[in-house]
Amino acid sequence: MNQNRPSSATSRDLTWSRQVRVALTVNGRQFSDTVPARVTLLDWLREGAGLTGTKKGCNEGACGTCTVLIDGRRMNACLTLLAQCQGRSVTTVEGIAGPDGTLHPVQQAFIEHDALQCGYCTPGQVVSAVACIAEGHATDESSVREWMSGNVCRCSCYPQITAAVLDAAKRIGDKAQGGAS
Amino acid sequence: MKAFDYACSTDPHQVAAALHVPGTAIVAGGTEILNWMRLGIAAPDRLIDIDGLTGATDVRVDANHLSVGAGVTLNAVGENTQVRQYAHVLAEACLQAASAQVRNRATLGGNVLQKTRCAYFRSEDPLPWPCNKRNAGTGCAARSGSNERHAIFGWMDACVAVQPSDPAVALACLDAEAVVISARGERSVALTQFHFTQEEAASAGGDPAQLETRLGADDVIVRYRIPLRPGSRSAYVKVRERASYEYALVSAAAAVELDGDRIRSARIALGSVAQRPWRLVEAEARLRGMRLARDAIDTALHGAMGAARPLARNGYKIMLAHNAARRALLLAGGLA
Repeated sequence: MNQNRPSSATSRDLTWSRQVRVALTVNGRQFSDTVPARVTLLDWLREGAGLTGTKKGCNEGACGTCTVLIDGRRMNACLTLLAQCQGRSVTTVEGIAGPDGTLHPVQQAFIEHDALQCGYCTPGQVVSAVACIAEGHATDESSVREWMSGNVCRCSCYPQITAAVLDAAKRIGDKAQGGAS
Repeated sequence: MKAFDYACSTDPHQVAAALHVPGTAIVAGGTEILNWMRLGIAAPDRLIDIDGLTGATDVRVDANHLSVGAGVTLNAVGENTQVRQYAHVLAEACLQAASAQVRNRATLGGNVLQKTRCAYFRSEDPLPWPCNKRNAGTGCAARSGSNERHAIFGWMDACVAVQPSDPAVALACLDAEAVVISARGERSVALTQFHFTQEEAASAGGDPAQLETRLGADDVIVRYRIPLRPGSRSAYVKVRERASYEYALVSAAAAVELDGDRIRSARIALGSVAQRPWRLVEAEARLRGMRLARDAIDTALHGAMGAARPLARNGYKIMLAHNAARRALLLAGGLA
């Protein structure tokens, strides 16, 4: 499907393609697919890879429910073309729990703190919180609120979400220091 | 979003050459152009991905400059030790922009090219109202509509939009230059001159609503160069309707060098009051030699804000910008 056509004499070395072949890792598993260049990572995850945990909310970078990790950094999958993920490693909410299904401390804390109502934003909140903690920004309530502001919850569970993120950060920190879990 | 052809290049000269073909656009972080394509603000035939662009990926200190690559993300700029040391206001402006997720994608190069947040402009094609930025010659719905967030300086009846970038305000305050590569070679564009107000666009012979920057169609921003000023301290104040993840109503970037309690030099730029960062050059001159104190600052700012031309619904921006500028100056000087 690659058109591989020279578009002008001055840019003849470039390969322009309407269809792009992309190889990437998602949750530790290798994927390779050929898609139209305009396909976003979000649409491909849901419709190409069958990973529907990543939700489509605003589709313009405003709500954060499509948050995934790309090479360990949280990003909006709706603002990312799949073509831009060539060779990258993506983690979705399906890849957050352990391989045996053991919940991640963030997931456990969300349950214990009742940090959700309708749940639509929760996959994005969980992935974002994992990154927020890893970045070192889950230090106190105001820092969590600032660094989690890219995840909107229209049920307004913010107090519970903030508490869950701080609690998970503490559990992860305790575990890293070899303390009692 | 219509279909397009896609290619990657890390060679700025090759990117500039590709941009010679009409209908070609750059994608870096993608946080703006993907939304433009969804709304119909842009409909490129070809998208060139400049991830890893040569010369655009690092932050370093050259002889007399802090040099920040255009491909560095806003989070990486904001958390960079050298940026925090030498250009504190830029770090603060970057970290107060957008959200943590968006800042991991958005680059400093693309950020200054973001388009206005005017709600009449940011709607899906076909627009049910006039907008000269989207459809030349149709009029400006904001001129007599909901213009609470629009310009108080430099606007014309044809368009009253503001440039919403936070980092651009900091860069203008710091006298930064954008290093730009095109087929004609490399040149520098001062960030104070980079954007046009509507009045300036018309004076330059362009469409006041559509000509927004001095960049040509094949220009590629590669880096920003910020002069090092030992002893200068800076701060950013962003006033918004919620504490985080919101565009500014107004913002202010300030940098001061003090000699005891006297101001050796001061630089102030306002954001979201015009279609470019609005430097208060006269106020800066008045502050030279004065004590860094509320009264002197208010006197200097009073004249600057007196030149504002508010619209029907945004008169509040005059006092808000004045107060933001004062607070930024006091914060920069360590007094707030």
